[in-house]
Amino acid sequence: MSFVGWLQIAALFLAVLAVIKPLGLYMARVFQGERTFISPVLAPVERGFYRLAGVDDQREQGWLAYAFAMLAFSIAGFVSLYAILRLQAFLPFNPQGFTGVAPDLAFNTAISFLTNTNWQNYAGETTMSQFSQMAGLTVHNFLSAASGIAMAMALTRAFARSKAKTLGNFWVDLTRATLYVLLPLAIVVTVVFIAMGLPQTLGASITATTLEGAHQVIALGPVASQEAIKQLGTNGGGFFNVNAAHPFENPTALSNLLNIFAMLSVSAALVYTFGQMVGERRQGWAFLATIAILLIVGVGVVYWAEAQGNPILTALGLDASGGNMEGKEVRFGQSASALYAAVTTGLSDGGVNAMHGSLTGLGGLVPMFLIQLGEVLPGGVGSGLYGLIVFAILAVFVAGLMVGRTPELLGKKIDGREMKFAMLAVLILPLAILGFTAVSVMIPAGVASIGTPGPHGLSEILYAYSSAAGNNGSAFGGLSGNTPWYNATLAIAMLLGRFAYVIPVLAIAGSIAAKVRAPASSGTFPTHGPLFVGLLIGVILILGGLQFFPALALGPIVEHFATLAGQTY
Amino acid sequence: MSSTHRPAAAKNRASGILDPAILVPAVGSAFAKLDPRQLMRNPVIFVTEIVAALVTLFFVRDLLVHEEAGFSGQIAAWLWFTVLFATFAEAVAEGRGRAQADSLKRSRSDLSARRLAAQGEATETVAATDLRIGDVVLVETGELIPGDGEVIEGIASVNESAVTGESAPVIREAGGDRSAVTGGTQVLSDRLKIRITTAPGSSFVDRMIALIEGAKRQKTPNEIALSILLSGLTLIFLIAVVTLWGLALYSGTVLSVTVLAALLVTLIPTTIGGLLSAIGIAGMDRLVRFNVIATSGRAVEAAGDVDTLLLDKTGTITFGNRMATDFLPAPAVSDADIAEAALLASLADETPEGRSIVALAKGEYAISSLDVTPDAIIPFAAETRLSGVDIGGRRIRKGAVDAVLRFAGIGPDRIPPAFQADVDRIARSGGTPLAVSDGERLLGVIHLKDVVKPGIKERFQQMRSMGIRTVMVTGDNPVTAATIASEAGVDDFLAEAKPEDKLAYIRKEQEGGRLIAMCGDGTNDAPALAQADVGVAMQTGTQAAREAANMVDLDSSPTKLIEIVEIGKQLLMTRGSLTTFSIANDVAKYFAIIPALFVATYPALAALNIMALGSPRSAILSAVIFNALIIVALIPLALKGVSYRPVGAAALLRRNLLVYGLGGLVLPFAGIKLVDLAVNALHLV
Repeated sequence: MSFVGWLQIAALFLAVLAVIKPLGLYMARVFQGERTFISPVLAPVERGFYRLAGVDDQREQGWLAYAFAMLAFSIAGFVSLYAILRLQAFLPFNPQGFTGVAPDLAFNTAISFLTNTNWQNYAGETTMSQFSQMAGLTVHNFLSAASGIAMAMALTRAFARSKAKTLGNFWVDLTRATLYVLLPLAIVVTVVFIAMGLPQTLGASITATTLEGAHQVIALGPVASQEAIKQLGTNGGGFFNVNAAHPFENPTALSNLLNIFAMLSVSAALVYTFGQMVGERRQGWAFLATIAILLIVGVGVVYWAEAQGNPILTALGLDASGGNMEGKEVRFGQSASALYAAVTTGLSDGGVNAMHGSLTGLGGLVPMFLIQLGEVLPGGVGSGLYGLIVFAILAVFVAGLMVGRTPELLGKKIDGREMKFAMLAVLILPLAILGFTAVSVMIPAGVASIGTPGPHGLSEILYAYSSAAGNNGSAFGGLSGNTPWYNATLAIAMLLGRFAYVIPVLAIAGSIAAKVRAPASSGTFPTHGPLFVGLLIGVILILGGLQFFPALALGPIVEHFATLAGQTY
Repeated sequence: MSSTHRPAAAKNRASGILDPAILVPAVGSAFAKLDPRQLMRNPVIFVTEIVAALVTLFFVRDLLVHEEAGFSGQIAAWLWFTVLFATFAEAVAEGRGRAQADSLKRSRSDLSARRLAAQGEATETVAATDLRIGDVVLVETGELIPGDGEVIEGIASVNESAVTGESAPVIREAGGDRSAVTGGTQVLSDRLKIRITTAPGSSFVDRMIALIEGAKRQKTPNEIALSILLSGLTLIFLIAVVTLWGLALYSGTVLSVTVLAALLVTLIPTTIGGLLSAIGIAGMDRLVRFNVIATSGRAVEAAGDVDTLLLDKTGTITFGNRMATDFLPAPAVSDADIAEAALLASLADETPEGRSIVALAKGEYAISSLDVTPDAIIPFAAETRLSGVDIGGRRIRKGAVDAVLRFAGIGPDRIPPAFQADVDRIARSGGTPLAVSDGERLLGVIHLKDVVKPGIKERFQQMRSMGIRTVMVTGDNPVTAATIASEAGVDDFLAEAKPEDKLAYIRKEQEGGRLIAMCGDGTNDAPALAQADVGVAMQTGTQAAREAANMVDLDSSPTKLIEIVEIGKQLLMTRGSLTTFSIANDVAKYFAIIPALFVATYPALAALNIMALGSPRSAILSAVIFNALIIVALIPLALKGVSYRPVGAAALLRRNLLVYGLGGLVLPFAGIKLVDLAVNALHLV
């Protein structure tokens, strides 16, 4: 570990901290339907959309109508994306002449982008036409993120309102999230990325002649634009197979910081938006403190573990001061790689700038564990916020009774109905992650894809399903995921992780909105302040993470201790 | 707890937690409660029972195939103990109320009634159980009242000690607020005609018995929510344990059902699952010991949530009678002169006001007892509005200011300005001025006022720190009300309050999301009692009030509301603390069991065995034993409730989180280690 390394990490967190409040306030205005500085330009466009779609933007929806609108929109999105991928051979902007994507891969990919996961069982540069990348995948990078924000806003309004029947209008929230938040930010970030040297072209790949005289095909495309929304929407699906480790996606240490900054800022600012909209900014800061503590500890552990290097190689005489550089880009090193790894997994982004499978045992444990915690640190745009609120509901319920009152969060009493849906939601992750992992390690179709046998192989599979169910999308590497078994089951895990989670959340929103918002008193459980932050961290770790401990013990944990003991498999 | 006088019978109800008379029968009923149909109500313990049965099957198989069966046998035994300890906790909680229920049942049995015919005075003797609503019965001296009802004719003194534990008889009469009678109580004098208002089996005593025995106990909303959380956690750990079998298989370990069962049962929240119903029963029982009967557990929980207390001024906040607090002499009159005169004028006055004047003169003004015999005593009369004595030629009078001035012959123009100022000040502050004169000499004014009970202000301060607002309800005018309100330190008051004002106030507060508690006794309180989230009726109140309320205070003490709130809070706190403890326990159990399961395959995992437990088998067995014993160890806490202090929520949370959260995290590490040392020392595995 070095001072410069820590400085880089500190600089990033400070930059994000600086942007949280202005961006959070701006989004609060957007979703409360107020005018913003950009309204003169965008409001006519927005109205035009509503007129075209026949949406009455004044009419609000109850939780069921909201959920149905979201589901209908998702189904339509899936069908169109699947069709684009299958038919890309007949569609324009296909300079490489790629054929249609295979059915199982197209299914997996469509689900993956629909659910904001961006798990990629394909190599973009050798599979997808420019049209598929732009009109298919990039569009969903916007829409899946916008729909996540919409659902988070529905839950936010549930807390902000008292005795309300409606949560807002899904179509309005979706339009506003795209038009007012994601699109302007993406344009700015794209331009900066182009300035940093990322390619942005509709042209085909070029063939270069290397010094040895060999021919090398260098893939190009609309990289900068996809990269921008990939991060802003916490999508993570790279243009290239190796994602942000590729020099065209992430050429410099500065672009690396901008990558991380872009993915973290919107999601973190949304937490502030929540506090602002419910009229309790301290609540937003308490959530942000929880996130920051867990995330910084995560970054620190990965950085420390990677800087220690591999004791087995050290024993063979390798200089340990260089740390573990396997699978890392030299232009990033341990610090920037650790930062990226922890943030991308805490966030449900899923982009990577290093091979997570090549991290040390402990270094690999952290990203996997951060995903398994439920992607709430601060999680995917929107999805992280509502996941965090589910944990907050559980935390006030478990400990809130200790002050001798029926537990409340922001003046809303938490009772059987909220508890039922919250438990339904948190059941999804262990079911999808542990269930599919256990089946996969027992059947030949599952084991055959493993890259490295032994505990590392278990980690590969465990990571894959964690990533899918957590809608993260990053891969441990090593696992050959493009098989019918994994294409199908990973897609199911992604669907469960998104929809089987968010529908109970919307049901909670419906029930919370209908309740009277009771004023706080000194007898109320205080949900801001260090005590609550500590409690929430405890609940996230114990209720969110503990059930994965046995599985982790057989994967990265045993790897960690075995490496220390000089043992390999 | 308050220092209020507790009747003797109520004390008898309180029995120690380790009373053999309760523990011995509880062992029997703990086994009876193993019936799966009963246990289904408690998902966590039900799962434990299924798992215990499963491991028992494997133990029997091990025996039959002559494999080493000691380990699975011991695990099976301790899993059964886990279930038994949970049912035992419930049985003990129920047992504590049973003795009381039995004595109540005796008061009810073999009752007969003299039913009046529809017309005339003819009576027929029928069994009390044959009485129907609307029947009219006659009860005379020495007889037991056969059922709950309302007095429609007569007045009598009634011994209600069978129900309230209070041995002093109470008056019951037709009409007014003292017309309700309870079945099983005894008429001591005179005769009553009573209209029966409840059907047999649903009378007050019946409800009380059912409540105490916990027989008709229904889960409260909060208990339901907690059960959902616990069931959800059980499911999550079931998934974790079942899938672990597959993951272990991949890793080259075949896990036996016995060890998986051990892992599952130690992870699922058996501690709180096993104690949950005991906590609920004990909470109701605490209320009963406090001589309050709740119609449902829901009301007890609501009491913990109360935001606003509506308290009647009279009897709760003030003593209910005006008392003399000050003598203000007129110009050129000494303190001793007016005090002496006031004392003399009140010697024969037996009203509370008169007695308070005597007490003030003798106490604060140190006037010694005068050994004089008055020549004539002038009692208070409505026309003169004066009272006093003629003594040795002195004509001492006290009374309403204008009446005394007239008596002394002082015209409006001759009133001393200082005297008038005192009178005005007293009136403005909501007090009552009484003038005193000796013949034509005006001596001064006595300040009579409502006196706030000592300690009540501190009590309200505590309430405030708990986030509870206190609202005083009084029929006084706003000036008087404001004075007393500020003196007592209540947050708000309702002056010149009519019953419908109370109802409106409650509705308004509830609109704002607040929960309201109030107590009342009159029929005109009934709508407000029904509307309030916690309505406490006095046992001495009318039947209508008792029906509308969700709690009845047998001591008829209006301050009881404060204790009821504390009991409600304590119930919720106990639940929350043990839930937190139970969940925090899991961390240590993972560290005990996971390395034990896999150390054979992956020796490197021995590093996770941070407790340095003897062997894999002893580690697993120790975790299971600890998990079972902790239930027993916590039974006293579940029954007594965690200690409650009236400090703010933040301070309570900090303390309980430290004790039960951090304690729950750390304690099992030490506990499992100790059990492991014992297991190895005894060579159990």
